[in-house]
Amino acid sequence: MPDPAKVRVATIWLSGCSGCHMSFLDQDEALIDLAQQIQLVYSPIVDIKVFPENVDVTLVEGAVANEDQQELLKFARVRTKILISLGDCAVTGNVTGLRNSLSNSPQATLTRAFIETADVNPQIPTDVPALLPKALPLHEVVKVDYYIPGCPPPAGLINWVIGRLMRGLPVNMEGRSKFG
Amino acid sequence: MSAGTVKLKIDNIEVNVPEGTMILEAARANGVVIPTLCDVEGLTAYGGCRMCMVEIHGSPKLFASCVTPVSTGMEIVTQSDKLKEYRKMALQFILSERSHICSVCVANNSCELQKLANELGVDHVQFEREWTSFPVDSTHDFLVLDRNRCILCTRCVRVCDEIEGVHTLDLKLRGKDEQVIVDLDDQWGESTSCTSCRKCAKVCPVGAIYVEGEALSETKDKNVAKFVLSRRNR
Amino acid sequence: MKLADLQKIAEHEVDFQRAYKHRINVCCSSGCVPFGALKVLKAFEDAVKEFSVEKDCKVAKTGCVGTCSVGPAVIIEPGDYLYQSVTPERVRETVRDHIVLGLPVKDMLYHSEDFFKKQHRLVLRNAGKIDPSRIEDYIAMGGYSAIVKCLATMTPQGVIYEVTRSGLRGRGGAGFPTGQKWSLVARSHSTPKYIVANLDEGDPGVFANRTLAEADPHAILEGMLIAAYAVGAEKGYIYIRAEYPLAIQTLQKAIVQARAMTLLGDSVLETPFKFDLELRFGAGAFVAGEETAILASVEGRRAMPRPRPPYPANSGLWGKPTLIQNVETLANIPVIIQNGGEWFSKVGTTKCSGTKCFSLTGQINNPGLIEVPMGITLREVVFEIGGGIQNNRPFKAVLVGGPSGGCLPEALLDLPIDYDSLTKVGAIMGSGGIVVIDDQSCMVDTAKFFTDFCVEESCGKCVPCRAGLVKVQEIFNRITTGDGKVEDIAALDKAGNYIKEASLCGLGQTAPNPVLTTLRYFRDEYLEHIVDKKCRAGKCFRNLVKEEEVEDQ
Repeated sequence: MPDPAKVRVATIWLSGCSGCHMSFLDQDEALIDLAQQIQLVYSPIVDIKVFPENVDVTLVEGAVANEDQQELLKFARVRTKILISLGDCAVTGNVTGLRNSLSNSPQATLTRAFIETADVNPQIPTDVPALLPKALPLHEVVKVDYYIPGCPPPAGLINWVIGRLMRGLPVNMEGRSKFG
Repeated sequence: MSAGTVKLKIDNIEVNVPEGTMILEAARANGVVIPTLCDVEGLTAYGGCRMCMVEIHGSPKLFASCVTPVSTGMEIVTQSDKLKEYRKMALQFILSERSHICSVCVANNSCELQKLANELGVDHVQFEREWTSFPVDSTHDFLVLDRNRCILCTRCVRVCDEIEGVHTLDLKLRGKDEQVIVDLDDQWGESTSCTSCRKCAKVCPVGAIYVEGEALSETKDKNVAKFVLSRRNR
Repeated sequence: MKLADLQKIAEHEVDFQRAYKHRINVCCSSGCVPFGALKVLKAFEDAVKEFSVEKDCKVAKTGCVGTCSVGPAVIIEPGDYLYQSVTPERVRETVRDHIVLGLPVKDMLYHSEDFFKKQHRLVLRNAGKIDPSRIEDYIAMGGYSAIVKCLATMTPQGVIYEVTRSGLRGRGGAGFPTGQKWSLVARSHSTPKYIVANLDEGDPGVFANRTLAEADPHAILEGMLIAAYAVGAEKGYIYIRAEYPLAIQTLQKAIVQARAMTLLGDSVLETPFKFDLELRFGAGAFVAGEETAILASVEGRRAMPRPRPPYPANSGLWGKPTLIQNVETLANIPVIIQNGGEWFSKVGTTKCSGTKCFSLTGQINNPGLIEVPMGITLREVVFEIGGGIQNNRPFKAVLVGGPSGGCLPEALLDLPIDYDSLTKVGAIMGSGGIVVIDDQSCMVDTAKFFTDFCVEESCGKCVPCRAGLVKVQEIFNRITTGDGKVEDIAALDKAGNYIKEASLCGLGQTAPNPVLTTLRYFRDEYLEHIVDKKCRAGKCFRNLVKEEEVEDQ
């Protein structure tokens, strides 16, 4: 049931290792407090299929690596007030972006990954969303409001940022954020 | 005030330093921290990273404090909104010009670039990032050179030339293609001049030159040049 | 050879030249040779023999008069008849009509009278008039009389006094007062001292220094001699780009001749003054024109700039006091000594005396090399000397100062050309390149072009120039291919100002000028590209057009 008193929060998992979501869950007992104030309306850890309307805060993990992700991110952007890049893949491309050094051609990348370096049964997967030429950080695709770098970002920092935002306080990352 | 002493103000603190001192040194000696990347005490100042830019009252220009000598009556500002913005911009330029990926870098958590980004609150890079694929030289017995992580501060080149005295390392090409090379662009393992002294790895602010199999927190030692010089001049 | 001997050589040479009724000067500089100037020269030599006028008519191989777009250029004296686009086929007719019959060939004469009207030639005083391969030609024009005057009648301090009084400022671009620079070097106690002449003209489309070296090499040598005498240097280097083979050859020849006449060597003109010089070749980097980069290169190191202080005047080549001057500055010196500093200070404006050579190019009727008094307006240069825009198209902008200059709009055409006025509007004197741009050019594309050049030429030492310019280039790539965002304008502005303020050397500090000035004066074109995805000149979005074409097929 929608609760008008609670902040509507969503989390999205793009091309990342899920470590940022793990870190989010690592807030431990702070999650109990958080649960009093927020309603999780979309997330890989809840069973809602379509990104809903009127989301207050969306945390996005992972880089934008394929067309489906690009579509979802753009879709989420227009339905979200505050969009946060969560973790290095979303902020910089990070490990997901390592393929960018290899080639800007999806075909060449797939060949490298699934044919040349395959030990058994080399084949390029079909019926999966088409790769973008490069894995991109979120802000190269949509407008991003806040950034929480880190691989993964520390649970305490995620908690701090969300806490500040819910209280309407400014978020200054000086001395707090850290790549890697 | 004795002869040869210069009196000036740094961030409104009155300081006295010997004539010929650079602003950066004067600030350090008086506990004022100015961010730097290419500077290493004991090596010739390079003036390349432009992190240490400061304002001098009465001039519209900015000055690199590592290469600007003090003069009497100077009023120096080391922190301002403009300087902070410019330093953040410089960091973003550096972070975006090569593939700096902290999570897979040997220097993670022992990196001066990473640390500065943290301190100045650079939480993302507004410019498109380059994903470079410069050659990595791992032919040496234990020293590795990864040009994709290099910020071209030339600390290694200078320490090799000025302290170790062998000049194994130098630069080739220019602009964004500039790279650190070994001898006449040979493989490090085949170098005839390298003494394997590790000083390059000690002063490297990032993970571009490192000792294989050893923790970076153990092998980094920015003070090596100052130390050698202090022994030499004893 | 002694001081007095020079006068005799001059007199002898003048008599020798007076014996000819006509003098045919065929320009054989780098501009005219590709048009076939050497064949034209040969044709003239043959033709004067054919008409048996070789005793009346001297055919000389000279340097450039400045009309570089219509070469080969030939001047027939007396009367300074300038012929343009001379072909070997028409030489016979020219000699017959002009020399034998006394009737100039009208249809071959240079098309514009205005080109020379407002010019004032001090540096290029002998260009196109003398044979640069003969030292006697230079001496006959009063050459080397200034160094004789210095050695015979002036103290080094006296020379510096005259140069200071002349108000001459460095022609390399920065405009530092020359006299002041000389006294700094002269006052420095450390020895030996060095002189370096900067002939590393790396800007695309700029050829003033090359022309000077090819047309009048001894003017540079004499300027260096006087400077050496004034500051107490015994050794000089001319740093010249290896891409200037003809200028190198001309200078090498000039040095040999000057040595043979004891104008260079252990005892210059048999006085105790000692000076000799060597050429040093640059390997084609734009940054090697920066003074500290030149020093590194002359010493045999990578041509990379270093921070100043120490200034070269105190610590230059091998840590010794070094005077670095652009060759154009040096070529002014003999004129100043001959006529006095006060005379020179009256040319040009009060704040900015003398003249400046400009390489005038772009969509203009009379492109070429010009020398104009300081304070002349851009309008006079573009519309009078330059003869206006080709095909009467509308004027759009003028880029002053080479690849790191500023793009100025029509509203600023009445701006007087001097160091301070140009700096105020975001341009620079720089190397003296003026590119006239008509409505067929896109200002965004123009700024992108020069950014590409500076990215290519950045030495890589400092972050703003090395990494910052690449980011600026990326933004331009986006804007010109249809992916521009409105925020990009602010980003360009911010990055541009940062690079300008934070770069180590002049290259980086001026590299964003084309970007910043086009943003300032032609912002609407940027917006058009970003918002409407439209380029009014049709230069950008070519990739998009191609894609559409492919789809159509």
